[in-house]
Amino acid sequence: MKDLLAAIMLSGIYGLLSASFFVAMDAVDVAFTEASVGAGISTLLMLAAITITGHSEDPVRHKPVLAAIVVFITGGMLIYGTLDMPYFGTAQAPVHLHVVPRYITESMQEIGVPNIVTSVLASYRAFDTLGEVVVIFTAGMGVLALLSMVHGPMEKAEFESINDSMHEKYLILRIVTKILIPFILIYALYVQFHGDYGPGGGFQAGVIFAAAIILYAMLFGMRTARRVVNQALVRLIAAFGVLFYGSVGVVSLLNGKNFLDYSALSADPVAGQHLGILLIELGVGFTVASVMVIIFFNFEGRRKKSNTTETKV
Amino acid sequence: MNISSGLFLLVGSFLCVSGGVGVLRFPDFYTRMHAVGVTDTLATAMILIGLMLQMPEGIVVLKLIVILLMTLFISPTASHALANAAMNNNLKPKLNMNEDSKGQTSSNP
Amino acid sequence: MLIAATIAILVVMILAITRAIVGPTLYDRILAVNMFGTKTVLLISMLGFVMGRPEFLDIAIVYALINFISVIAVLRHSDASIFKTPQSAEKEMKKNS
Repeated sequence: MKDLLAAIMLSGIYGLLSASFFVAMDAVDVAFTEASVGAGISTLLMLAAITITGHSEDPVRHKPVLAAIVVFITGGMLIYGTLDMPYFGTAQAPVHLHVVPRYITESMQEIGVPNIVTSVLASYRAFDTLGEVVVIFTAGMGVLALLSMVHGPMEKAEFESINDSMHEKYLILRIVTKILIPFILIYALYVQFHGDYGPGGGFQAGVIFAAAIILYAMLFGMRTARRVVNQALVRLIAAFGVLFYGSVGVVSLLNGKNFLDYSALSADPVAGQHLGILLIELGVGFTVASVMVIIFFNFEGRRKKSNTTETKV
Repeated sequence: MNISSGLFLLVGSFLCVSGGVGVLRFPDFYTRMHAVGVTDTLATAMILIGLMLQMPEGIVVLKLIVILLMTLFISPTASHALANAAMNNNLKPKLNMNEDSKGQTSSNP
Repeated sequence: MLIAATIAILVVMILAITRAIVGPTLYDRILAVNMFGTKTVLLISMLGFVMGRPEFLDIAIVYALINFISVIAVLRHSDASIFKTPQSAEKEMKKNS
């Protein structure tokens, strides 16, 4: 399949099918994350990326036989290494005998949050989640380091992505999205703060927030979007999210307990857990939303004027 | 309560299936868009009202109303955008089904 | 009744996929994918009711949004070569000559 546009659409459908599998397996949080991130923002960011790279794949210039052999040997050794582990899902695996029952029985008393996925992600395994947030932040920094440009007054006209004079062609879409975007933002906030009781949490909420801003930028043109969403502020928020998360852990340290042990945050341990989960989910949401916006704006800002012709939606 | 809910679900799924059959059997892109766009939105509305009558309490009804309103806004807009893109790229509708000699050319691969 | 409706929606999704595979022009395929998306929203809502967990409605809301945004994002690339029909190629040649 040489054409990248069709390949991206197929990968969007693939993400959707995975989300349906998770729904069928009754895993609500995972299905939510897969639907919003895998089927949603990945498709949007890849579509933004092909504005830079072009619409078709380069012809293959060599036959990668040696690479295929190396991959097979490495994969074979890895599979051989895992043959000792218990089969996936047996009841005698140590994961199911010790770790899982403890989480399921103790989570309500220790943390007091009905959604066990959130309690595991945000409290029992908060250090792993800190690592995930740092990885997302690093990805945003990588994109900024490679692709960001300072727009001088002369360059703005050359690197414009969509002519603002084409506003008549988008008229109906603009009116409808003007009505929709506030509701999408409110829904993102609902998902963020409702993550304790239902599916949701920081990652999904950040992605939905970024999707609303990307929708605005696609339909109203990059120049207007840059005026609405100040780039310096977005970078500040991205860094602030990670810093906030880390500082919650440091406050726990300063109060005499372990790093990221939330029971040090207030007099009552369970209230401390609630506060800690709320704060770190906020940090995650800030960072994810701003990094997605940064990546999209830096991909789209490079779309040269020669790429666009007059025929449009 | 169950009877009216079942009735709405029945009407909704019938509309849905007829839209699906239409998208397979209609001869041209624009006619297929008619089939999908019209029956899609109406079937969604019927089925969601049927689901609302199944569990008429609290937050579930509110969420179903939100999905309904969103679909009412989004589905016709997406059809409009797609049809506009097709028109701007000069995809011609198949106007003359009977004679091939001097009729319009049909949409082709 | 719910289960019958769920099976009906699954059948429609299969019909939409058929159109996406067969459809001669690209626009047919985009139309079929859009339809698949809206039917998925309905399917997730009904699966939530069948399995007795109304939390799935959040996923349905998110997926309705994602479907819309993805169709708009794909259509913004509508000046790419894959979108051109033979008639538009003729028109461009007439314009350039």
